[in-house]
Amino acid sequence: MAEITMREAIRQAIDEEMDRDDRVFVLGEEVAEYDGAYKVSRGLLKKYGALRVVDTPITELGFTGLGVGAALAGLRPIVEWMTFNFALLALDQVINNAAKMRYMSGGQFRCPIVFRGPNGPAEYLSSQHSQSLQTYFAHVPGLKIIAPTSPYDAKGLLKSAIRDDNPVIVLESEMSYAWKGEVPSEDYTIPLGQAQIKREGTDVTIVVHGKPLKMVLEAAEEVAQQGIAVEVVDVRSIRPLDEQTIYDSVRKTNRAVVVDESWPFASVGSHIAWLISHYCFDELDAQVELVSGEDVPMPYNHSLELAAQPSVEKIIMAIKNVCYRS
Amino acid sequence: MVLIRIFEERSAQLYGMRKIGGFCHLYIGQEAVAVGSIAVLDLKKDYVLTSYRDHGHALAMGVSARKVMAELYGKETGCSKGKGGSMHLFDIQKHFYGGNGIVGSQIPVATGIAYKQRYTKDGGVTLCFFGDGAIHQGAFHESLNLAKIWQLPIVYIVENNIYGMGTAASRVSSITDFEKMAAAYDLLGVVVDGMDYFDVVEKTKEAVYRARKNGIASLLHVKTYRYRGHSMSDPAKYRSKQEVESYKQMDPIEKLKGQLIKEGLLSGKEYEKMRDKIKEVVEDAVRFAEESPQPALESLHADVYAPMEK
Repeated sequence: MAEITMREAIRQAIDEEMDRDDRVFVLGEEVAEYDGAYKVSRGLLKKYGALRVVDTPITELGFTGLGVGAALAGLRPIVEWMTFNFALLALDQVINNAAKMRYMSGGQFRCPIVFRGPNGPAEYLSSQHSQSLQTYFAHVPGLKIIAPTSPYDAKGLLKSAIRDDNPVIVLESEMSYAWKGEVPSEDYTIPLGQAQIKREGTDVTIVVHGKPLKMVLEAAEEVAQQGIAVEVVDVRSIRPLDEQTIYDSVRKTNRAVVVDESWPFASVGSHIAWLISHYCFDELDAQVELVSGEDVPMPYNHSLELAAQPSVEKIIMAIKNVCYRS
Repeated sequence: MVLIRIFEERSAQLYGMRKIGGFCHLYIGQEAVAVGSIAVLDLKKDYVLTSYRDHGHALAMGVSARKVMAELYGKETGCSKGKGGSMHLFDIQKHFYGGNGIVGSQIPVATGIAYKQRYTKDGGVTLCFFGDGAIHQGAFHESLNLAKIWQLPIVYIVENNIYGMGTAASRVSSITDFEKMAAAYDLLGVVVDGMDYFDVVEKTKEAVYRARKNGIASLLHVKTYRYRGHSMSDPAKYRSKQEVESYKQMDPIEKLKGQLIKEGLLSGKEYEKMRDKIKEVVEDAVRFAEESPQPALESLHADVYAPMEK
């Protein structure tokens, strides 16, 4: 197996799916001639031409809605949002059209579209360019949401997303595009809606999605030295959510910590914490802990911005809390 | 046009009787716009989208009065299985893509369908209807720009009925000659008399031809008038009785009828006969809606997601 970056894994998935199905096309800001703001679409313009790799003006609502229309009429667009921060301008098209057209037409439409790009905190970007917005999308029935954490997962999940007949939101991260991992050369997909145990353990379950997985694995390693065996559930797919894998793990460990970069109020993390409290109530030996972003806009100063996010230390503290250890 | 008129008048009655709920935006007065423009399409490859004032467009697209009325009733036999209601009529087979409840939200979607038509070179054209209230939305301006830069086969049709809900366009618009807005995107803007069926047909035909042949989008500024309020809950106190009456003098159905009679293509007797027939179609639709079953409660969770096609 070759070791490649997340960036390359995503590019390969798009390239292979475009090759496989000529209804698949890419549109977004700087995706074609510039090769993508984060170089994810490198080389695609040359290979597929300007009809299928489309540079848009800076008009998120317009090109997102255009993608929705193209999808409803039978194409399979991949819309790149340069970052999710700019997707806020396009929310009406995602929530009111992409997510609902099937339901409110009594099941007539399919909307096979992928919305992808970096989400979550990066570095030194202050409040408007550094935020975790998955909860905005997770709230909406009709959308699917994935958050890959390795090149292998990214490629396999994105391929499934492109082949899915529903709108799928793909959460990537500026900070993880350079992460490396092994990816097989043959075609493979990973079904949406399957969590994965990234580390097995017996004492505490940590449920996580996206970039903080790395911190969680570090924290798990560290507390292992102190005799705490952490099981790490990477949900990979927020919607549909593989609740069973989460519950099975918690019923084994009897303790749970949820980690989510989002703000804590009514978030993906707080929802998962509620699910565990509700469905594993009898099996829990401690209250469920939530390690989230702080309830503040992201500051620019580096020490402050790090303090606003989950950290290895915060995760270790939460693990110790649920184990009643100090 | 007569079908739409009678259907809408009956809808108003039924709304008063609480057979129809929620928002109900009637098309009375604007019939020539949907009928005249849709008449020039090739519905095998052309598409139509509009706003929530969509009963007239659905009927003009050939969605049956039964299916539309059943949808207003929220019944299982409605064109959206009772899930959409008045504002969300759809018929994918007939290329009628709704029925959008957010002002201007259908404009980028329509532009995307035109993108598909260009992508597949299928020779189709998309008609995108919206009201004067939508013309200041970013969605409108962003879409016209995209249609221009990518040469999309689309015709944007602003049905200017003078009021965005209760606000006169003149109070909130930098200009009310909306056709001029096309110039900002180097597209053709055309004024159309929406009370004149033949003017609508002619101008749309030209715009559809330009779109189909050369990928040149147009903005048709169609001047029309709605006789009723914005929705059934609107008593329309923002305009005078005289104003409404003056537009009724230009009634598009009466005008067309007069033209046809003058040309010897229709007699008064034939017209009355046609009206009677249409009344029966509408009554049949009402009976059908009355007798249709409510959607099963189990359908609540159906059709949120599409299953994978095997």
